[in-house]
Parts: sequence; C-alpha cells; structure tokens
Amino acid sequence: MTTTDKNPGSAGGSAATGPSHGGPDDEHTPAQLAAMDRTELDRLGARYDGVEVLHVEPAPAPGSALEKQATRQVTMWFALAGVFAVAFLVVYAGSGWFLPDWEWEVGAAPWSALFTPLLGLAMGLSLLCIGIGLVQYVKKLLPHETAVQDKHDGSHFDRVTTGATLMSGLDKSGLPRRKLLLGTIGGMGVAFGAMLIAPLGGLIKNPNTGNPLGTTSWAEGVRLLRDDGTPIRPGDQQPGSLETVFPAVAGGNFQSDAATMLIRLRPEQQLSDEPREGQADFSYGDYVAYSKICTHAGCPVGLYEQETGRILCPCHQSQFQVTQGARPVFGPATRALPQLPITVDDEGYFVARSDYIEAVGPTYWNRERI
Amino acid sequence: MATTTAAPGAPTTKIGQAALEVDDRLIVAGPLRRTLNKVFPDHWSFLLGEIALYSFMILLVSGTYLTFFYDASMEEVVYEGVYAPLRGVEMSAAYESTLGLSFDVRGGLLIRQIHHWAALLFVASIVIHLIRIFFTGAFRRPRETNWLIGVVLLVLALLMGVTGYSLPDDLLSGTGLRIISAIILSLPVIGTWAHWAVFNGDYVGTEIIGRFYIAHVLIIPAILLALIAAHLLILVKQKHTQFPGAGRTEHNVVGNRLFPTFAGKATALLFIVFGLCAALGGLVQINPIWLWGPYNPAQVSAGSQPDWYIGFLDGSTRLFPAWDINLPGDYTIPALFWPTVVGAGLMFAVLAFYPFIERKLTGDTASHHLLQRPRDVPVRTAVGAMALTFYVILWISGGNDLIADKFDISLNAMTWFGRIGCLVLPPFAYWMTYRLCLGLQRHDREVLEHGIETGVIRRLPSGEFIEVHQPLGPVDEHGHGQLAYGGASVPKKMNQVGGARRAIKGFFKPIEEPAEVQRQAELDARGLEAEQADRQSISSGRPSEGGRPSEGGRPQAPRD
Repeated sequence: MTTTDKNPGSAGGSAATGPSHGGPDDEHTPAQLAAMDRTELDRLGARYDGVEVLHVEPAPAPGSALEKQATRQVTMWFALAGVFAVAFLVVYAGSGWFLPDWEWEVGAAPWSALFTPLLGLAMGLSLLCIGIGLVQYVKKLLPHETAVQDKHDGSHFDRVTTGATLMSGLDKSGLPRRKLLLGTIGGMGVAFGAMLIAPLGGLIKNPNTGNPLGTTSWAEGVRLLRDDGTPIRPGDQQPGSLETVFPAVAGGNFQSDAATMLIRLRPEQQLSDEPREGQADFSYGDYVAYSKICTHAGCPVGLYEQETGRILCPCHQSQFQVTQGARPVFGPATRALPQLPITVDDEGYFVARSDYIEAVGPTYWNRERI
Repeated sequence: MATTTAAPGAPTTKIGQAALEVDDRLIVAGPLRRTLNKVFPDHWSFLLGEIALYSFMILLVSGTYLTFFYDASMEEVVYEGVYAPLRGVEMSAAYESTLGLSFDVRGGLLIRQIHHWAALLFVASIVIHLIRIFFTGAFRRPRETNWLIGVVLLVLALLMGVTGYSLPDDLLSGTGLRIISAIILSLPVIGTWAHWAVFNGDYVGTEIIGRFYIAHVLIIPAILLALIAAHLLILVKQKHTQFPGAGRTEHNVVGNRLFPTFAGKATALLFIVFGLCAALGGLVQINPIWLWGPYNPAQVSAGSQPDWYIGFLDGSTRLFPAWDINLPGDYTIPALFWPTVVGAGLMFAVLAFYPFIERKLTGDTASHHLLQRPRDVPVRTAVGAMALTFYVILWISGGNDLIADKFDISLNAMTWFGRIGCLVLPPFAYWMTYRLCLGLQRHDREVLEHGIETGVIRRLPSGEFIEVHQPLGPVDEHGHGQLAYGGASVPKKMNQVGGARRAIKGFFKPIEEPAEVQRQAELDARGLEAEQADRQSISSGRPSEGGRPSEGGRPQAPRD
C-alpha cells in the first residue's frame, strides 16, 4: 500500500509470508524445519522456551506384553467409567418409569431411600474410574520425561527502559510541576470515590429510635402462652419443670427476643431461692420466669438440669443458676438472665406485670445506657 | 514424506490446515508452545492447591444448579411438600425451597450434598495447602504476594461457608446466624449501628437471608474468582518452587512438561476430586436440614456445631472467660468481642504477615526457589506446630460438649482443659517439635557420615560384632562419608539406594523378562556413582564400633 492507493485497505496482504521479524524464523528456514522430524522439532521448540529434556524413560515397546497389559487396564477403567455413567442415567431416568418411584416418603419403598446413594455411587465411581484410567495412562503408557526449565530473573534492561517510558510520560504531562492541578485531581479523586460509595448509606439505620434492643412485646397484663397458644395456670406444671412461654401478641412465638422460660421450683429450691436485689417479688409463688435468650451470644438457653437447677446454653455452655436469680455460674456469659415479673390475672392465668426491666440478649456497647 | 506443496513445511492434513487458519487469525502458536512446554515439578504436596481449585470448580457448577430451585426469601409459608413430618409447619420460603430441592427435585439432594461436601473439601484443601507452603518455606521472597492472596482466599472461603450454610434457614444455621448477630452487636462503639446496617434492623428481620444469598452467589465468588486468577497468574509467572535434589537449583525447575504428562495427571486429579465429592454427596448424608427443622429463635438443639472450619471460633468463644470490660460512662466491651473479632482478627493478621515477620527476624531477604525441609528450619517448624496446636485445641473445644457427652467427662472439665491447654500445650509442642527437628537433622548427618544401617551383623576375627553400614558416597580413610547435606531427603533404607531389585511385573505370570529388568537396574545404578561397583559394603562406619576391619578396628578417638 502506498499513499496514492485509491482503495486503501482493499488490496489484502500477499499470500506469501511477510518479512520475518527476527528470532527463530530467521534462524530456521521453512526448508530446514521441514527436514526435521517431530521429536527434533519438539526439542527445538522446547529449547526456545528454556526447556531441556534431560532424560526420557521410554514407554513400553509397542506390541510388548507390558504394553498390552497396560492398554488393557486403561481400557478397562474407561469402559467401567462408561458403564457407571450409563448406570447413573438408568437410575436417574428410569426411576418412576420402569423402576420404582424415587420420591421419598415415610414408609415408602426402599428404592426411594436408595435413589440418592445409587446416583452418588454411580457418578462417583464413573468419575473415579476416569481419574484412575488417566493416572494409569500417564504412568504406564506415556514415556517418563525429565525436563529442566530455566527460571528467568527480572531483566535490568526491561526495568530501565520501562521506567524511562513511564517517567517520560509523566514528564510530558507536566503534572509534577503543575501543583495546583495535581492537588485538584487528588481532591477530586477523594470526592469522587466518596460519591461512588455514598449510596451504601441506604444501609444505615438508626438503632436508637424506639429502643428496639431494650424492649420486648411483654407488658403489663400480657398473658404467658405456650408455643401452641394455650395460656398457663399455676398448678399446670410439675415442680422442677420448665416450660417455654411467649407473649400473647400476634406472632409472639416467632419473636426473637420474647421467648421466656417459666420454671416451677421444687419446694426445697424455693426455700433456698436468692433472687437478685430488688427482684424478690418478680416470682409468683414457686414460679419464676427468666428470659430464654442467652446474655452471651443470644442462643436460646435450652437445657435445664432439674437436679442442680442449672440452665445450660448449648452454644457456648454458659450455665445459669435458677435459684440465684439465674446468675451465670460457669462459661463465657457475664450477666444473669433477665427476670420477667409475673403474676396471675382475674381468670387465674399467668400474665406479665411489665416488660423486662433490662435489655434481653447479648451485651452491646451502650446497653447500660438505654 | 513427499509433499506437492510449494512452501516447505506447509500442512498437508486437514487438521493441520485448520490449525494454520486459526493461527493466521489469532497468532497463538508461540504462546501455546510456551505453555505446553512449561515444566512442573513433580511432588505430591504440590497437588494440594489443585484440589482446592477443583473443589471450587465443583462448587461453582453445583451451586449454579442449586440457584435454579432455591428461593432466598424469609416470607412465612406453610409446608405442603412430600416430607410428611413437616407438613403443615410454618417456615420461611428459604427453608421450604431447600426442602423442595432435596425432596421434590430429581437428583436435587445429590447436588446439594455434593455442594456441601465440596465446600468442606475446599476449605480443608486450602488449609492443608497453606500448611505445606508454611512448613517448606514456599512463602519466602518472591512469593509473599501470593501468600497474602492465599490468606485472603482462606478468609473468603470461610465467609463463603458461613453465608452458604446459613441459606437454608434451618434451626442449626439459624442458631449460627444468631451468634453472628451477637458478634456484630459486640463491636465496640459501632456494634448496634453495624447490626442495623447488616440485618436492616433488629435481629432477625426479613432481609438477612436475601443479603447473605447475594453475598454468597455473587459478591464473594466474584472476588474469589479474581483472586484465584491472580494467584495462578503469579504462580505461572514466578514458576514453581521445588525441593532440593540432583540438578535442581535456584534458577531452574526440574519436572514434567505440561503436555502431556502433567496435563494428564492434573485432569486425572480433577476427576478423582469430583468423583470423591459425588460419592460422598450420594452415600454420606450431610446437613440433613429436614431433621433440624425450620428456624425458631426460641429453639435450639443440644450439640449444635457449625461446619468444621468455623469450629475454632466456636471453641475460642466457649473458652474465653466471662470478662466484660465496663468503661466509664456505662459503656461496655462485651466478652464476646475478644474471642471472635479480636481473636480471629489476630490469628489471620499474624498468618498474613508471617513472611514479613520471619524476614525481619532472620534478616533473610534473598529470593528463594528451593524449598526447605521442615527439619532444617527448626524454629519455623516449631512455631508452626505451636500455632497448629493452639488451633486444634480451639477446634476440639468447639465440640467439647459432644466429647463430654460421648466419653462421660464433665463439661466444665472439658472447658478447663481447653482454657489451660491452649496456653500450656502450644509451648510444649514448640519444644517437642524443636527437639524432633534437631534429632532428625542429626540422623541425616549420621547416615551421610556412616552410611545406611544394612541390618547385616558381622563377626570380626577378634570376636567383636559389628553392624555393616553402606556408605552413600566416597569415604575417607576412616570409612567416613564425604557427602555434605544438601537439603534433600537422605536415603535411610537399602531399598532406597537399589538394595533390592524391583518386582517383576505381571499378576498371574511374568510379563517382562527378568534378565531385562536386571540389566535395566544395573543401568540405573550406574547413574548413581561410577565406582560404586568396586566398593564393598563392609564398612561399619561408626568409629566406636571398629571402623573398617581392614584398618584394624577402633583406631580413632571418639569424635564430637
């Protein structure tokens, strides 16, 4: 193409190879390369990549007993892989067609319980057989080659020239001299970055509006309900037993902070009961009610040991002594379980006298302040 | 080969012509040849990272399948599916859809369980890979960047695990979510604000499953993919490390070329890892969420354990004493903050900066491409053993309630064992590992100096018995080996130096010529040492045991 070309770009390149740009094409003419066999070409190329093949342990000779045996083994593994893949397809597609239904139901045919294990077994064996076959192929049928490749350390030439290109670009931009421009770009960058992340502000909500952490649905006169929604009377529970109760409000049994344990103390426990200061009248007769939400990490404190009167949290094993105001006696919890003040309403059912007087659940930074 | 084409070397076959067409357009022959010729060192421990990579691939594929059926919604629905025990129970749509893909989708349970097993394997292989890198010193200059990326990958893998197993919204993961909520609340100053930002309000709200879902399927995987790509590119650029050995230097890599040997082995490993996950996914039940039931903040099961990789955090939380810090102005730093946020933060920070700490302490700023045997760096190995001991005690404590239950031990005793053990046992592990390393070092030197114990007892004319030693190389006039220790494994059994001929192949009848095998063995032996054939294995080596009989026995004063 010249500058006088009438239709630039339409002539196309010639079919012949263009001028070479140095490197291997200069040193090895096509004719020379055509005279070499594959192994020589392979080694030649490898040498250009800094790889020298040191030692080749040849594969078993074609037709030898060793080769035949290895080929048989590899073939067997791949054939098995195919067989297991077909087995997978048969189980997968055949269930509910010519095989029993796969859907599991209580008391259903054993096939539905075998469906997933059979699928996993067939798929797993199929994949494992492919893997084992490949390993055998590489180990028994390929020549074992030991090659060594040079590691190239960084080139001083590259560093100096690249550095010069970068620095000359910076010089041309004149930024180091134009301080005001540079400063403005910096300031702009900060503002721009802040603008980009600013929409994340939509995630931020004020946790201190309405004191959601410090209050629950319990209030004066709210009945204590079982999980199934039935109210509880004194005398419904055996001494020493525990029942989880919820506030009688809509969705009360799914609220994350309202779950409460209503415990009936045994007579001797009641005698030795030492409630927390100022909470002596929170109990009703031999009944006490404590928050079920652990003061450590918020798990429900699920395990009540009747004999010792200890409540155990199964998450981190904090233990609370029911007869001592549910104060922690072992483990990582630091605070007693909050006590719910209870009484009995006109109809003889348990009700709360007020909300918890402190925040339930795990401790946080400003818990004492709200 | 006779060709009729004008240009010599022009392809004559169909496939060759097609390849030429491709290369004309994309010019890939050069880079492709360089890739195929890349040499990979051959050692089993270099496959651990690959297992992590393949697990990740399985996770991507199986996870994508699960998204077709999963509904990340916390809307309350009533279950009406095929699993009878839960019919009529109120639950979140997330839990219902997970039940659905387990029971109503053909093969869905298999894929869900493969996904879970692959996730466990993913983290496990990352941890083992990290341990290998640590103990062999593969993190040293110039590979600090890849170490840092690796630690970030580990943390992201843990986050993937936590966000992933929370998605079914079952009772077990809901309990975990409650603890995550408490951990966020425990942050000093910003705790409640951070909680409101993450959960969009008080616990539990209606947003968290949807947010975890998008983090689990988009945000974290995208970062993981980018970092894995960077990890591999840097690896290719820097080339592998290798253990010291014959012909291996700081400036080369000895091993197999990518094609076909290494590619074959790597593909085989991919299939084996996938096969293992598939077999586990089908045969070994994992996370049967239908047994846990839907999440309810008032319920919990005894023996609630997270997946194994979170166990150490659960353990540290169980062991940490009840130490709230009350600040003036009625502010509190909850006890929960220390073992979770600070504890995990410190552990990962120390891990991430270990290469820089070691470089500062040893003053070793050189580039290293040859690995170290753990015994040759006793301090690092002992520090690693100490850290692992600490980790394992935390991990055991994460299940201390189960141990207490199964072995009928007091739960409180288990907690105290963990509290004391995590302080006392690591230094003990340090001391023991340090001594072990020195012992192994000495044994290497002894074998190099005196030779391999052959197990052959000889009686000297004087009546004295000696054990015959096989020297590994040339010996001086006292029968002492002249080989210096080069950082490579020292053979310590006769079979490792060709003491026994290899077995003739063939199961029912020999399929190779015994004579040929013998000839081959002799050829191989010639590579070891030219004068080996002349040397007789008669030296006892040990001066205290008489040295060479030809030298009249016991001539030397005991050395060292």
